[in-house]
Amino acid sequence: MHRRGVGAGAIAKKKLAEMSKQLDMFKTNLEEFASKHKQEIRKNPEFRVQFQDMCATIGVDPLASGKGFWSEMLGVGDFYYELGVQIIEVCLALKHRNGGLITLEELHQQVLKGRGKFAQDVSQDDLIRAIKKLKALGTGFGIIPVGGTYLIQSVPAELNMDHTVVLQLAEKNGYVTVSEIKASLKWETERARQVLEHLLKEGLAWLDLQAPGEAHYWLPALFTDLYSQEITAEEAREALP
Amino acid sequence: MDRFVWTSGLLEINETLVIQQRGVRIYDGEEKIKFDAGTLLLSTHRLIWRDQKNHECCMAILLSQIVFIEEQAAGIGKSAKIVVHLHPAPPNKEPGPFQSSKNSYIKLSFKEHGQIEFYRRLSEEMTQRRWENMPVSQSLQTNRGPQPGRIRAVGIVGIERKLEEKRKETDKNISEAFEDLSKLMIKTIRFKSYLLSMGIANPVTRETYGSGTQYHMQLAKQLAGILQVPLEERGGIMSLTEVYCLVNRARGMELLSPEDLVNACKMLEALKLPLRLRVFDSGVMVIELQSHKEEEMVASALETVSEKGSLTSEEFAKLVGMSVLLAKERLLLAEKMGHLCRDDSVEGLRFYPNLFMTQS
Repeated sequence: MHRRGVGAGAIAKKKLAEMSKQLDMFKTNLEEFASKHKQEIRKNPEFRVQFQDMCATIGVDPLASGKGFWSEMLGVGDFYYELGVQIIEVCLALKHRNGGLITLEELHQQVLKGRGKFAQDVSQDDLIRAIKKLKALGTGFGIIPVGGTYLIQSVPAELNMDHTVVLQLAEKNGYVTVSEIKASLKWETERARQVLEHLLKEGLAWLDLQAPGEAHYWLPALFTDLYSQEITAEEAREALP
Repeated sequence: MDRFVWTSGLLEINETLVIQQRGVRIYDGEEKIKFDAGTLLLSTHRLIWRDQKNHECCMAILLSQIVFIEEQAAGIGKSAKIVVHLHPAPPNKEPGPFQSSKNSYIKLSFKEHGQIEFYRRLSEEMTQRRWENMPVSQSLQTNRGPQPGRIRAVGIVGIERKLEEKRKETDKNISEAFEDLSKLMIKTIRFKSYLLSMGIANPVTRETYGSGTQYHMQLAKQLAGILQVPLEERGGIMSLTEVYCLVNRARGMELLSPEDLVNACKMLEALKLPLRLRVFDSGVMVIELQSHKEEEMVASALETVSEKGSLTSEEFAKLVGMSVLLAKERLLLAEKMGHLCRDDSVEGLRFYPNLFMTQS
């Protein structure tokens, strides 16, 4: 006797139908959330952090694609991708001053200036997330922890652990010397010299032979005096053709 | 809620019914009160509410007591509402369901829908203010709202109250947003474990698919169209960073993620489009016109360097009118092909024609 509704085919069909229903329900939940809180995401940096953390917990990257479930529904994508463009422009404009290395603070200030007074609030967390996405473009965006903050690298200069640790050492005073490196890191002279030479070559450090005592290696990225300086019209022009 | 007065519910002469709606609940500010199921009537002069179960329970406010109204959209498990902000009750008000209330607004919850139409009609009546032109009986007139002399004081207090309420609303909105977010998180986790139980570890969405989807193919074709002219203007080659900025600035909205761009560019060659993605040894990624031959450009770079004796990337970039990034890549390629030699010192990286090759 042939019984209908039983057998692998029927079970699979049922499961498929159930899954369809679950998916629809989930989509509806997401749509409800989106229609209510889209504005909040755009206006509130803290809410964005919570939202991103939630996504990370469940293994979802809402910024992976502009055509993604999340970014389409909530418009999160546009916020970060546009920020990415602004970050690139600021870094390019200031590259000749700092060699392609900039503190997160200065980047934050310059980006806020560029956005104008009616733009939405942008936090440092937002900048970090946008920069992490920019790494996919292959042009050397990097995030280097120094002191209590971060240095953002925007050129494909090769910076290994040695270079990074010297940058961290320099963060205190804005410059570093061979003696300091030897004393703090217990390196030999040759190793210290090589690292400093590399930083000079890459344009990330400037040599000051007139400093009292021994030569000072300054990092323009860490000059606080330069923070308040506006990006000039020429710099902006040179930044992007 | 202290603005309502008991009424028979009968319309006065010159008072006309505009619209009515069943299934309306009243809130005193944010609080639910016992008036949870009634028929709401809008007349040219008043807003009347009658209990569906007990027809004797009937109350009204004058439209002239309304300062302004707002809509509140429906939510999950919540009906659409109209928020009605009111002038303070006059001292000689007739008795009503509440003697006093800390709220100067009420909410009308439309549990059986009808909010949209009702709001439209109420707005119309508020604009037209027909009650001013159609006098009704004395009993209604005494509740006309604030006397002209006191308007200014009431106005400012009213505005301050509105601002305070708006502030509270905003705070409420944010905490509601966070609440909803945690609820959504729970639902998402539940959904993901459901999928896991079905044996689907990684849902195939456009996010996880990477390159090769319809979307990226379409995008690749679009890019070919957008980038043709800019590439020609820039010597046939652009870094992916430049492309990202150019394309997204042009789009204005529905921007591309960096990954979208990379995945689309990976398909350019396969789709036989006139551009291609190229990755240099350094990891730098560029888009080139198919017609662009970087190796030929290297030959002209060699000429330029020879003319000047030696050049750094910056100097070369300035001479040729390229970005420093791409200038460096070209010189490095020339070096790789054996045409140039480097002089790497603290003064910078300088390139010379490779005399070992030419003069051996």
